[in-house]
Amino acid sequence: MKYAFYPGCVSRGACPELYSATIEVCRILDIELDEESLKGASCTGAGVLQEKNLRLGDTLNARTFAMAEKSGNPLMTICSTCQGVMSQANERLLADPEYLASINEDLKEEGLEYKGTADPKHLLWIIAEDLGIDFLESKIVNKLNGLKLAPFYGCYIVRPTKALGFAENPGRKQALEMVIESVGGEVVDFPGKTLCCGFPILTINPENSVNMVANHTIDAKDRGADAMVTPCPLCHLNLDGYQPNAASARKREIDLPIIHLPQLLGLALGISPEKMRLNKHIVSTKKLLSELVISP
Amino acid sequence: MEVKFNVRRYDPESTDTVAHFQEYQMDMDASSTVLDGLIRIREEIDGTLSLRCSCRSAICGSCAVKVNGEAGLACNTKIVDSLSENGNTITVEPAGNLPVIKDLVVDFQPFWEKIRAVEPWLQPEGEEPETEYLAPDEDMLHLAGVVSCILCGACVSDCTVMEVDSNFLGPAALAKSYRFVGDPRDDSAQQRFKTLNESGGVWDCTRCMKCVEVCPKGVAPMDRIMALREQVMESGYTNTNGARHANEFTNSVKHSGWLDEKKLVIKSFGIFNIKAMIGLIPLVIRSQRAGKVPPIFHKSIPGVENVRRIFEKVETKK
Repeated sequence: MKYAFYPGCVSRGACPELYSATIEVCRILDIELDEESLKGASCTGAGVLQEKNLRLGDTLNARTFAMAEKSGNPLMTICSTCQGVMSQANERLLADPEYLASINEDLKEEGLEYKGTADPKHLLWIIAEDLGIDFLESKIVNKLNGLKLAPFYGCYIVRPTKALGFAENPGRKQALEMVIESVGGEVVDFPGKTLCCGFPILTINPENSVNMVANHTIDAKDRGADAMVTPCPLCHLNLDGYQPNAASARKREIDLPIIHLPQLLGLALGISPEKMRLNKHIVSTKKLLSELVISP
Repeated sequence: MEVKFNVRRYDPESTDTVAHFQEYQMDMDASSTVLDGLIRIREEIDGTLSLRCSCRSAICGSCAVKVNGEAGLACNTKIVDSLSENGNTITVEPAGNLPVIKDLVVDFQPFWEKIRAVEPWLQPEGEEPETEYLAPDEDMLHLAGVVSCILCGACVSDCTVMEVDSNFLGPAALAKSYRFVGDPRDDSAQQRFKTLNESGGVWDCTRCMKCVEVCPKGVAPMDRIMALREQVMESGYTNTNGARHANEFTNSVKHSGWLDEKKLVIKSFGIFNIKAMIGLIPLVIRSQRAGKVPPIFHKSIPGVENVRRIFEKVETKK
């Protein structure tokens, strides 16, 4: 299947490893990425721009949706935050035809019009819904037997459930656990998996943000997790980048690698860790990779 | 149908003061509510179980508890909707982020203190009218959602910031503040903004949407907090990390079409905030070593002039 690829700001910024892992994984999963159509698409606003001007955020996202429509390919995201902000914008745009028409007025000059058919989908959902878990399993060359993985969704891919279409797609609630199990991992369940990582207040209230990192990583670690896996690069940035701060705040070792979803898939699909830049994390993945029992 | 209730028990006056789960099994109608079950436990199985409830109709807001880990009113949570994930077991715990007095009963004192802190009463100025203060219907319409709050505490229970910071005013109090800021009869908005701009105010929310999801009355506290952020900035309070963050984020998208992460971090803390800049050094070194740094030169997206034009068009509409 072919998708109009929306990489988001972070995979082109502080998380280049997410970009490269995605490209590699999609190649093996026969997901053809249209990397051209959304090259001129803007940031979603991440909910921050929306604090200043909600309509502005909706217009920018309608522009991206119109570009995807024009390409004829469904839109694929790889960031929980991009996904959530797009889904919420789409819900508002589709709920009110007059609103959509007035937004389209502002897109006219560029020759764009959002007709209302975009259905932005995170790679996680694409795997669970469009490709199917059976298909994923058929492509696995290395079952990650013995790997204990704590899922960490990121707020925007679990709430608000209405905008995210959870009622129509009930599998979305457990999609990450499903993927973890299908690659041979063991799910380490913990209550923090759908809570906030603290990233949005990183520069506003660093103490609270680091406390959130500490709570989640320590809880998962104490429940036996070898690593945490997330479909959200913002969660990754905070849980990985600020884990040393969390460890010193709690005066204990944590040492829990934070793996991007495509990196986890890549390990099972036989992509080399170096290619997915697993050696480029703040919390080292070295021990994890050396201990990984890979069985064909 | 056979239902197993797994209820969190705690009694500071008993010999066993450690919180623990206790199981109760009984035959229930699938259409009955979690509250029906809890009342039956208390009346038919175990009279020592303490819980709060009154109207049984989602009006009084007394029976907020956590059902399967998520806050809600026990009286409008159906058994059949609570069983889906855990087979025939329903886990019930007291509301979070408030001290437990006994079993499912929590102490609301900290909740009321925060509500009181936002001065939830009208503060009009000028001469008192001869009759009551009147407000045109159309000016009150936007408050219809927020006045539906029944002060049940579900949003406070599941607030992810209150979990780590008891100083945060929290979703219930901030939504209440929005209700008065937005009331045309109130004249103290500027003073209210000053309080909301302080530590523990609007900027400490993480935008996790937990409060929006668990509120049984559609108050959408987080959306109110975001609206307050906009108003606080518009009223001139821009000298906070939060306001700088929102402004710089927007500027970055306006000028290049996407986010300049380096600049955002520096500008949010404030470039002359020496302590924060020094504090960033270890992170910068760690990130450099791992190769996790955004490109040195932040290039604009192709066709950025179209994004800028949208900004100009939409910003002038405000």
